[in-house]
Amino acid sequence: AAARGCCGVWRRAWQRRARGLASAPRGRRDVACNARGGAVPAGKSGLASWVPVVGLEIHAQISSNSKLFSGSQVQFAAPPNSLVSFFDASLPGTLPVLNRRCVEAAVMTGLALNCSINKKSLFDRKHYFYADLPAGYQITQQRVPIAVNGSLSYSLCTDNKISQMVTKTVRIKQIQLEQDSGKSLHDDTRSQTLVDLNRAGVGLMEVVMEPDMCCGEEAAAAVRELQLILQTLGSSQAVMAEGQLRVDANISVHHPEEPYGVRTEVKNINSIRFLAKAIDYEIQRQIEELKNGGMILNETRAFDSKLGCTIPMRDKEGKQDYRFMPEPNLPPLILYDEKSLPANMNHQQVVNIDWIRERLPDLPSVKRAKLVEQYGILPEHSFTLLNEDGLTEFFENVVKKTQMKPKKVIGWILNNLLSYLKQHSLTVKESPVSSFLLADLLNLLEKKEISSTVAKQVLAELWKGEGKTPLEIVKEKKLELIQDQKELEEICQAVIDGQENEVIMMVLG
Amino acid sequence: VSAALKEGQVTPTELCQRCLSLIKSTKFLNAYVTVAEETALKQAEESEKRYRRGQPLGVLDGIPIAVKDNFNTAGIETTCASNMLKGYISPYNATVVQKLLDQGAVLLGKTNLDEFAMGSGSTDGVFGPVRNPWSYSRQYKEKSVPKSHSEDKDSHWVVTGGSSGGSAAAVSSFTCFAALGSDTGGSTRNPAAHCGVVGLKPTYGLISRHGLIPLVNSMDVPGILTRCVDDAAVVLGSLAGHDPKDSTTIQDNFKPFELPSLIDVSKLSIGIPKEYHAPGLSSEILSLWSKAADLFKNAGAKVIEVSLPHTRYSIVCYHVLCSAEVASNMARFDGLQYGHRSDVNKSTESMYAATRREGFNDVVRGRILSGNYFLLKQNYENYFIKAQKVRRLIANDFVKVFRSGVDILLTPTTLSDAVPYTEFIKEDNRTRSTEDDILTQAANMAGLPAINVPTALSERGLPVGLQFIGRSFQEKQLLTVAKWFEKQVKFPMIQLEEVKKHDHGVFQHQKSASLL
Repeated sequence: AAARGCCGVWRRAWQRRARGLASAPRGRRDVACNARGGAVPAGKSGLASWVPVVGLEIHAQISSNSKLFSGSQVQFAAPPNSLVSFFDASLPGTLPVLNRRCVEAAVMTGLALNCSINKKSLFDRKHYFYADLPAGYQITQQRVPIAVNGSLSYSLCTDNKISQMVTKTVRIKQIQLEQDSGKSLHDDTRSQTLVDLNRAGVGLMEVVMEPDMCCGEEAAAAVRELQLILQTLGSSQAVMAEGQLRVDANISVHHPEEPYGVRTEVKNINSIRFLAKAIDYEIQRQIEELKNGGMILNETRAFDSKLGCTIPMRDKEGKQDYRFMPEPNLPPLILYDEKSLPANMNHQQVVNIDWIRERLPDLPSVKRAKLVEQYGILPEHSFTLLNEDGLTEFFENVVKKTQMKPKKVIGWILNNLLSYLKQHSLTVKESPVSSFLLADLLNLLEKKEISSTVAKQVLAELWKGEGKTPLEIVKEKKLELIQDQKELEEICQAVIDGQENEVIMMVLG
Repeated sequence: VSAALKEGQVTPTELCQRCLSLIKSTKFLNAYVTVAEETALKQAEESEKRYRRGQPLGVLDGIPIAVKDNFNTAGIETTCASNMLKGYISPYNATVVQKLLDQGAVLLGKTNLDEFAMGSGSTDGVFGPVRNPWSYSRQYKEKSVPKSHSEDKDSHWVVTGGSSGGSAAAVSSFTCFAALGSDTGGSTRNPAAHCGVVGLKPTYGLISRHGLIPLVNSMDVPGILTRCVDDAAVVLGSLAGHDPKDSTTIQDNFKPFELPSLIDVSKLSIGIPKEYHAPGLSSEILSLWSKAADLFKNAGAKVIEVSLPHTRYSIVCYHVLCSAEVASNMARFDGLQYGHRSDVNKSTESMYAATRREGFNDVVRGRILSGNYFLLKQNYENYFIKAQKVRRLIANDFVKVFRSGVDILLTPTTLSDAVPYTEFIKEDNRTRSTEDDILTQAANMAGLPAINVPTALSERGLPVGLQFIGRSFQEKQLLTVAKWFEKQVKFPMIQLEEVKKHDHGVFQHQKSASLL
């Protein structure tokens, strides 16, 4: 039973409904599982198990030339306060002007996440005083967001075996457009705070995921899938290390058949790996706390990646009342589809949902299915291909240029190329061996001019990046398989001749 | 004057210098917060060059104007008459200011107001109250100032109304030909009525608010103060239209118009809203109002009594919506980016608190406090949402009346003529605003265009105006009717004795001049 974690149960629930409704398996969630996917030993209360519940709030920075409501540029790591318009600095009298590109990015993302797009959405002001929020309020979409009621399917492997992949779905509550804040740098020694407003006003999509997950791994897989989707759409670069994708996790635990427990919110998570760790730690912490008769506080906690644990954040102003108010300077955001599009409307002025839908690129799930179908590779291999930026293209280029079967090519890519790159912390684009060179090498192997042992030897040479072709290396090191019968006989004869005694011994037995 | 400029009877520089010297001699009015003498003369010089080349930019080229000190002006201080923004120099021009400058207008300076435009007297700014030029007119003195008390003759001066009192006084005392005000609850029309000038509040969305430091974003409109209705039409034509920097402006281009000189009002239907017969309305104004109605009747227009039943809820509703937006809009004044910053630096929070206490006056702080209260989660439904619903009802009242065939509404602008300062300050700002905005405020709720036309002098020798409210974006019709009315009533010219003493020649030349 210990090995059969939540994942296993979930898989069965899901396999029965190929693309089941998101809400269908809710009843099945009351399964004993902990962060690792194993059952939790019975607690003091006598009840058998704890059910962890995880929901996510994800802020994805929109990839756009200019900010959500102003014309200033969006750029990571620019000199402080070099990308600040009068509006971003909240100079009195300035007004927001909505950036169409940001709206399109949000619509694209909404469509890709199976959301219904609201043809009329509204902007609101959310008030709080903070040094990097110059206006004293953030413009967001509290009442009617741009997209609602979507879902995201993601896959993860069970028991760390890549061959056992299961697909799950998390419901997307909503996607809202809002402004990013600036950044504060606290200089404690001089007791100063420095404010950089470059980020202030950059467009964000807040993606709110329902609490449909139950462990760190699931959350990590869901975020990874979302990241891939955003990158495929180009709606966000979604690099967590650069803060383009920020994830807050809401976590609680409860006993089966009981209402949800008090939740905590974990912030400061800056990689997917840490996300899984932070959630698992927090689940464990809450269970321990409750088992020891303690209470869970509704609080915000930060993940400390060095210590690998979550710690309570100093609550800035206690319970905040954000005093929401409609943003009076922005009319309702109206989107159109083919049916509602007014005939005399300037097409540059409107956002047409259908037009965007028709131009959506293939999403990762479709791309994977196509790879599996076209090349006959295993589904899990298609995941690996998509997970590394540029690897699919690399693979397809190699396949195009060799006679080797794709199924065999994928082995070389995953076992040799990828593991080498990982070892040396290189991206696919930085690979010293291009798809051309690898294709050449695999062709030599396929034509039986070299053995697979030799091929690996040549690849080892190629990593050095000395600009030699595989053929040159083979020639130079005389590694080719001998195809000429006569030559082969001569070599054998020479060997036999040189070892007269051994031959005699062998003949004599 | 525009024609005089074209014909070379007067040069832009001469005109500018005359206005500047008038500003100096009327300094006691406290109409201006900042006089931009140098830049004004430079602008006049540029304009003069254009005239010499025979290429003026239009009717406004070389015309001296003034701008209320809550519009951003690049290079010239923008204070909102508040300690918070004392010394603040904006890096950009408000769209309306830019448009005026682009058409060659000469910006003389920034006019006084109530702090952040919160008030109805122009008495509550950090630079002190504005004095109504009519306090110094022969008309007022003859009728109201007891000759015996010459030692305290200074105590009889009356307020301008507000909050654009500086702009109204500036136009009324002939120191400029047109001035910009702002109008959120009557702030342009109220002082226009008290100072005997034309005050136009255009339809919400017709003129850009970009660069106007907001009071209530959903009601603010740049207002136009001029000596006559035709001038208001000219200035409107130069300002109106879509602004990409203000998403609430109309999408269509605005076509400037000229008002006809022969006007027929016989086909019009003039509505007289009975709710505007408000408690406190002076009998003088009431009789003036009915005389005005008779004027239209006699000219063949249909004059009918109409009802705007929700008018009486307007002020309460305004109070909630206004303070809520004020609380929000004022949040940016935290001492970090610009404006006043307190020396208190124990913590960021204590710095915020001290900055805002030192920077804002009681009126502003009071509205922030009540606004934040209305926006609290537990109060939002009961106050803000309710007020928004009432606002919709008020707007619908107008829609119904106009749909019934009424073209224009005729109402008083104020309950009475201007009050002496000593009387005015007996009540606090909130009480005053509540009373003074009562007849003007609903037009802001509904976003409708409205105009004050100076109509007659009261028994005390002070100006009294009537208000016309038109349909949305029907400024042409509204101004046409206003012009016709202006012609009928022949409002008397102000006779400024004190100014005359100082600037005899200048004054004589200028007093009757209008823009066109």
